[in-house]
Amino acid sequence: MKPNVPVEALHTEEMLINMGPQHPSTHGVLRVILRTDGEVVVNARPDVGYLHRGLEKIGERVTYAQFMPFTDRLDYLAAMNCNCAWAWAVEKLAGIEVPERAEYIRVIVSELNRISSHLIAFGSFTADMGAFTPFLYSIREREKVNDLFEAACGNRLTYNYARIGGVSADLPPGFLEKTKEFLDYFEPKIDEYNNLISYNKIFVHRLANVAVISAADAVAYGLTGPNLRGSGVKFDLRRDEPYSVYPKLEFDVCVGTGERGVLGDCFDRYMVRINEMRQSVRILRQAVAQIPEGPVMAKVPRMFKPAAGEVYFRSECPRGETGFYIISDGTVNPFRLKIRAGSFVSMNIFETVTRGLMIADIVAVIGSFDIILPEIDR
Amino acid sequence: MESQALFDAVKAKFGDAALELQDAGFRPAFVVVAPASIADIARFLRDDPAMRFDSLMCLSGVDYKDRFAVACHLYSMSHRHAIGLKAYLPKETPSLPSVDAVWPAANFMERETFDLYGIVFEGSKDLRRILLPEDWEGHPLRKDYKYPESYHGIKV
Repeated sequence: MKPNVPVEALHTEEMLINMGPQHPSTHGVLRVILRTDGEVVVNARPDVGYLHRGLEKIGERVTYAQFMPFTDRLDYLAAMNCNCAWAWAVEKLAGIEVPERAEYIRVIVSELNRISSHLIAFGSFTADMGAFTPFLYSIREREKVNDLFEAACGNRLTYNYARIGGVSADLPPGFLEKTKEFLDYFEPKIDEYNNLISYNKIFVHRLANVAVISAADAVAYGLTGPNLRGSGVKFDLRRDEPYSVYPKLEFDVCVGTGERGVLGDCFDRYMVRINEMRQSVRILRQAVAQIPEGPVMAKVPRMFKPAAGEVYFRSECPRGETGFYIISDGTVNPFRLKIRAGSFVSMNIFETVTRGLMIADIVAVIGSFDIILPEIDR
Repeated sequence: MESQALFDAVKAKFGDAALELQDAGFRPAFVVVAPASIADIARFLRDDPAMRFDSLMCLSGVDYKDRFAVACHLYSMSHRHAIGLKAYLPKETPSLPSVDAVWPAANFMERETFDLYGIVFEGSKDLRRILLPEDWEGHPLRKDYKYPESYHGIKV
């Protein structure tokens, strides 16, 4: 039947919708202002800042050591990585040599935390895509990492474990054996995840060819970590700007391959994280085998005053590059402390890549970036 | 590329707009430039075959008490070298050209610097407050910032 009125004469208009800040798939308190034309997104503008706590201002008021617990609150899913990043940055500023055992401990806890962080990325992403079971699997495995951390430092989420010059305490007896047990248990699970969901036809359809980011764009927009590598750029700070004992450890840098769609799509970013968990297991096995005996703290004066100077240090955290730009004026407090967080920079490209997608794809893009809001808002 | 050679190259191309090289105590070293030329120098650093600084790692504002500064940390993916680019700004009218046309990554960082320091980036494609509410008064990361008593009747 032909419509009575020509289609051109029908009245349509764009709609403005708020997605978030309290929306389950925005991973926290992200607000996206959607302008939609039916199911199609004309424009998706992220509005961030709901979790702003002024960490950089706080940093100017506390001493270098006192800022350590605040780095836990920077990215609570990867607090160990943030702890260590802060310690490495201050040590670079002050030129402190850290005992080798402490560096190995830091690498071990960082890689364990990378696994548990990627597990949450994997679990919540699949839950966003409508598959609830994998989330329970990933939480089950993450519990074991939390148990290990609890044994090492007493905390399960905000660890406050690293210290300027080392770590707060040596590993408890049996920690390395338990880590090995965990690795033996965990490594086959990655294949299980792949069988369970990664190559599921519906799941792949939701992710492949969605929000493709070219390698050139990824670099220009400052993407880092798995989001950059998902676009096929083989760049990993652990290998390309080596710090700590990473040069002594062998691992591959995982990049997207476009295996199910176009290089740089949501599926590639997802798959990079899955593969990185395998590499972290590999790093951990070597680190556990190589870790030497010895002290875990360097001698750092109680009144710690690094010489005046400016330093920028960045390290590879699960959500990309976490950089600290520290300006010291020779007193006990940092004069200026700038935190460069991977998730914050990732949000910059969001508006560009979501143009013309379907509303349901927005959820896929947020999940594939694996953002975390406290790191964006600081 | 060595920071001195890099500074000399910028100096040869832009003359007096390249002010000084901050080397000792600075990692990475900073090329200090005149604020008005920062976008041109940024474009040169990105496009010159010997430089190729295609990645903007970080852009920060700084309040040095007597003056402001904008510090960019640059990295080259192809040459694997890093450098800082800094421009000092007067306290009264802190403004300089935006670099978001050179590195799109700059947009959010410039918005943040505008939000927390009140530094204006001329020609920016989108300069609004980002972390604080749009009607917030003042710029909290300034050293002389006074904390407000209340916000919309809510005690702070």
